[in-house]
Amino acid sequence: MENTELSQGISSLSKLKTKKTTHKSNLKYLENKEPKNWVLNVGRLSVFLAIIIFWELGARLEIIDPFFWSIPSEIFATWMQIIQDGTAWKDTLFTFQSTIYGFVIGTVGGAILGLSFWWSKHYAKIAEPFIIMFEAMPKLALAPIIVLIFGLGMSSKVAMAVAITIVITTLTTYNGLKLVDNDLVRMTYSLGATRFQVFSKIVVPWTMPAIISALRINIGLALTGAIVGEYIGSTNGIGRMIFYAGQTYEISLIWAGIFNLSILSMLLYLLVSKLEKVLLAGMLHQK
Amino acid sequence: MVDYKLELSNVTKVFQSSSKEETTAISNINMKIPNHRFISIIGPSGCGKSTLFNIISGLMEASKGEIMVDGKSVSGLSGIVGYMLQKDLLLPWRTIVDNVIFGMELKGIPKKEAKKIAIPMLAKYGLKGFENSYPSQLSGGMRQRAALLRTILYDRDIILLDEPFGALDAQTRANMQEWLLDLWDDFQKTILFITHDIDEAIYLSDEVYIMSARPGGIKDHMMIDMPRPRKPSIVTSSLFIDYKEKALALLSEEVKKAQRLEETIQL
Repeated sequence: MENTELSQGISSLSKLKTKKTTHKSNLKYLENKEPKNWVLNVGRLSVFLAIIIFWELGARLEIIDPFFWSIPSEIFATWMQIIQDGTAWKDTLFTFQSTIYGFVIGTVGGAILGLSFWWSKHYAKIAEPFIIMFEAMPKLALAPIIVLIFGLGMSSKVAMAVAITIVITTLTTYNGLKLVDNDLVRMTYSLGATRFQVFSKIVVPWTMPAIISALRINIGLALTGAIVGEYIGSTNGIGRMIFYAGQTYEISLIWAGIFNLSILSMLLYLLVSKLEKVLLAGMLHQK
Repeated sequence: MVDYKLELSNVTKVFQSSSKEETTAISNINMKIPNHRFISIIGPSGCGKSTLFNIISGLMEASKGEIMVDGKSVSGLSGIVGYMLQKDLLLPWRTIVDNVIFGMELKGIPKKEAKKIAIPMLAKYGLKGFENSYPSQLSGGMRQRAALLRTILYDRDIILLDEPFGALDAQTRANMQEWLLDLWDDFQKTILFITHDIDEAIYLSDEVYIMSARPGGIKDHMMIDMPRPRKPSIVTSSLFIDYKEKALALLSEEVKKAQRLEETIQL
C-alpha cells in the first residue's frame, strides 16, 4: 500500500508544474565583480557636493533656517579663523590627548581585569554581576560627579573615557576567555606546563583577537567620554568650544567644532584600524 | 622478575554526578607493559578508553589503584608521559616549527636550541619546507605529523595516542601508519594506541588489549606474534585473519553489551 503510493509520488515528481528555475542572466551576480574605484569616488564626491550645495542654497534662500543651520561658507570661514588664531589646534590637541590616554588606560585596564578572571572561578563568578551592573549603568550620567572629583583639567576627561571603555573591554575579554579551547589547555598541561605557562602561552594569545576587536569600538567611546566631560566643565577642548558656542548662539562656531571633531574622529578611527591590522597579522592564522 | 615500563594495578575511576549517583567509568584495570612495545587498546565506544589515558597522563585522578612507570608510582603526576589526542591541537598562531618545539619550550629549553633539534626532524619526517607555515596551511595528515613530532620531541619514554588517525581518510591513514612505525622504530618509545579499527590495531601492535563495555575493564589480551617489519599485504595472511576473527568476536560481544546498556538507559 505504502509502496505504491511512494512510487506514484516519485513518478509524478517530474510532472509537477514548477516555476522556471534556469536563468542565464543570473551568472553575472555570481561572478561577484568589484565595482571600479574611480566610479565610486566620483559618486561619493558628487553626493558630498550635492549636500553642501543644497545646504548653501537652501540657507541663502531661507528654505532652511540659517539661524540654526548656519551657512557652509560661513562655517568654513569661522573654521579657518579658529585654525589661524590657534584655538582649533590647542583644543583639538587637548581632546586628542584625553581621548588617547583614556583609550589606552581603559583598554589595557579592561583587558587585564578580564584576563584576571581566568585565575579563579570563584572570583570571576562573584565579580560578574557587578561588572554587568556597571555596564548597564549609563556611564555618561556619571559625568557631573567625575568632573567634581577630578576637576576641570584633563584628568576628568581621561577618567570619563576610561569609565566608558573599561567595562566593555572587560566583558569582551571575559567572553573571549570562555571560548578558550579546553583541549588545548589539557594538551598543554599534559606537556607538564605550569598554570602560568598555560595562561601566557594559551589563554592570552587565544583572547587577543577578542581584545583587538574591542579597539575600534573603544576609540569612538573614549572620544565620546572625553567630549561629554568637556561639556560638563573644562578649561579646554573641542567639546568645551562647542558648548560655549551654543550658549552664546555662535551657530557657525558650533558647526565648525563639529566638523573639526568629525575629522579628529576619522583620524583616530583610521589610526586604530591600522593598529588593529598590524596586531591581527601577528595573531591570527586561523581559517 | 620482568621489569615493566608501565604498570597499572586496579585502576578504577568513579564519577560522581550531581544527583549523588555514581558511575563507574573503568574498574580494576591491570596492565603490565614491557619497554619498547607497541600496544593497542580497542573497545566499544564509551568504555572509558580516554578516561584511562587521562589518568595515565595525570590529567585526571584515579579513584583507586596505582600507576607505576619504571617501578615508581606516578599517580596524579602530569608531564610523565607524552599524550596526543585525536585533534591535532596545534596552536594556530604559531608556525609549525614553533608548534613542534612547544613541549621543549615549556620545559625551559631555549627556543634557538630547540629549533636546531626540530628542523632536521621536520625534514626527515615529511614536513620539509613547511617549517614556517601555519597549521591552517597544512593538510590533516601533515598537521597530525606535526602534533606527533611535538609529542616525540617532548621526549618521554611512553607515548599515549588517542585515535590519532581517526579523522583521516583511508589513504592518508595508511601512510601515517607506516610513518608512525618508522618513528617508533627510530626513537624506541613505548606506545599505547587507542583505535576503533581492528585491522589497524593488529597491524601496528605487539599486543592488543580488548576492553569491555561500561564499566570498562580489560576483557582480553592478545599477543600479536607476527615478525617485523610487516608488509601492508600481511593483512591478507591467514595468521592476521585468525587474529582478526578472534578480536572481532570478542569486540562484537562487548559492542552488543554496550548497545543493550544504552537502550536500558534510554528506557
